[in-house]
Amino acid sequence: MSVDVATVRRIARLARIAVTEEEAQSLQHELSAILDWVEQLGEVDVDGVPPMTSTVAMAMKKRADTVTDGGRVEDILRNAPETEDGYFVVPKVVE
Amino acid sequence: MSDLTTLTIAELRDGYARGAFSAREVADAYLAAIAASRGLNAFIHETPEAARAMAAQSDQRLAEGAARPLEGIPLGIKDLFCTEGIHSQAASHILDGFAPPYESTVTAKLWDDGAVMLGKLNMDEFAMGSSNESSYYGPVTNPWRRNGDETPLVPGGSSGGSAAAVAARLCAGATATDTGGSIRQPAAFTGTVGVKPTYGRCSRWGIVAFASSLDQAGPLARDVRDAAILMRSMAGHDPKDTTSVDQPVPDYEPALDQSVKGLRVGVPREYRVDGMPAEVERLWEDGVNWFRDAGAEIVDVSLPHTKYALPAYYIVAPAEASSNLARYDGVRYGLRVEGDDLIDMYEKTRAAGFGREVKRRVLIGTYVLSAGYYDAYYLKAQKVRTLIKQDFEHAFDKVDILLTPTTPNAAFGIGEVSGDPVQMYINDIFTVPANMAGLPGISVPAGLDAAGLPLGLQVIAKPFDEAALFRGGMVIERAAGRFAPTDWWS
Repeated sequence: MSVDVATVRRIARLARIAVTEEEAQSLQHELSAILDWVEQLGEVDVDGVPPMTSTVAMAMKKRADTVTDGGRVEDILRNAPETEDGYFVVPKVVE
Repeated sequence: MSDLTTLTIAELRDGYARGAFSAREVADAYLAAIAASRGLNAFIHETPEAARAMAAQSDQRLAEGAARPLEGIPLGIKDLFCTEGIHSQAASHILDGFAPPYESTVTAKLWDDGAVMLGKLNMDEFAMGSSNESSYYGPVTNPWRRNGDETPLVPGGSSGGSAAAVAARLCAGATATDTGGSIRQPAAFTGTVGVKPTYGRCSRWGIVAFASSLDQAGPLARDVRDAAILMRSMAGHDPKDTTSVDQPVPDYEPALDQSVKGLRVGVPREYRVDGMPAEVERLWEDGVNWFRDAGAEIVDVSLPHTKYALPAYYIVAPAEASSNLARYDGVRYGLRVEGDDLIDMYEKTRAAGFGREVKRRVLIGTYVLSAGYYDAYYLKAQKVRTLIKQDFEHAFDKVDILLTPTTPNAAFGIGEVSGDPVQMYINDIFTVPANMAGLPGISVPAGLDAAGLPLGLQVIAKPFDEAALFRGGMVIERAAGRFAPTDWWS
């Protein structure tokens, strides 16, 4: 299924990636080519086939609901572009 | 003592036991080789100080007679693995400056076993690629060249830096990861041995996530024995990864000497694809004959949904990638590009930080998961995946292992295929099915094509039967011999 430029813009917005007009044009061709190619899955009869959830059959692991780690504010903030008083700083959201 | 870099891990282990050389001498030989080979662009971050400190510690352990399984073995680490306080950026611009405050489980296990870190290896950005051309740090050059031709070739990908470094003798072995063929395809392109273990065999904790239901770590090595040695140290249960499997890890080395007499080897007819070069087909025939001569029973098998594995992969993997890569938002780590407001900052950061192939895959993933398309794409692909797994289960009722080519072609030139995404994806046609079904696979060099480039054969085994990979891999290695490129790069 082919996508149009408006669709490219919509999904780029959903993915939070800014695209220029030129990029949107070339992405339209590239994404359409990929989507056309995966269309061949339409040939496969999947009636009654369960979707895969795990390649290895295993019971969901559980652990005790207890604190196992913490007190690492500095470690967590160390790689951030901007921090203040133990917080990540982002552009103003509320005026 | 530069010839120290020609020794395998097993030979280094023996040499240390005899006291033939020190870990420091070996580390220095590798550091010199790396410094002389920067033109290949295999290492993107070198750690000579860490290497010398770890080697000194190994020498002490050796002197005390307390050597661990990988004592003094110098390794390269794919940039996808988090290494504490050291460059771990998935070869992406968006992780600029990221040095994690923790160590991945797999690398921690290697260091616990005495291995020595030489540095971080180049790769396709976020492991998305089959040629190492999508790296923010530029492409890696394959140490192999066509006969009488200086055209720079790709080493394959995404673990292109790992494969090139092992082939060029810049490390004794390397860590790598395989989501759709990223260990096995570069192994085939560089004449090295690459193992993708069963999904769940190695912990994914601390490895930058690409497609979580497919990603697995594994070794790249010079020969089958070295791969078996590394595998044992990398594998094992980890409570920090709920998908890691609690099963004992055997010593894989005894399997190397085990005969394949009576072993049932399946040859899947669907891997005979249109346009496959005659050389690849001939090599596959050779492989079948090697197994037959070694006493194995050859069985024709059918994996009817093989051709759908690749298109299904290109729905599942981008979908999971679009979710995993949502975390790169310019807030907690890496690159930030300022914007007018929060959303503008996100969009500008991600536009500047992600390369072309990564953007393409995030957008495809976002599209197939978006409202109204989920059933048609993602759910359908996961159903096809069930069929692919069932194909393998039926085949494994009749056989113990499967033998296939690793790739439909040898290494190609840098820039030769990068224009067409789908053409690039075809590189993984023989490797992707094992990822989709979670099965273990190995690529072993099996011969050279007419231009003198290495080609690999792949063995696929049942879940958690990595021992069968090594047992089968030895049949190929014994018959084909080993392959090393002639040094033109240092």
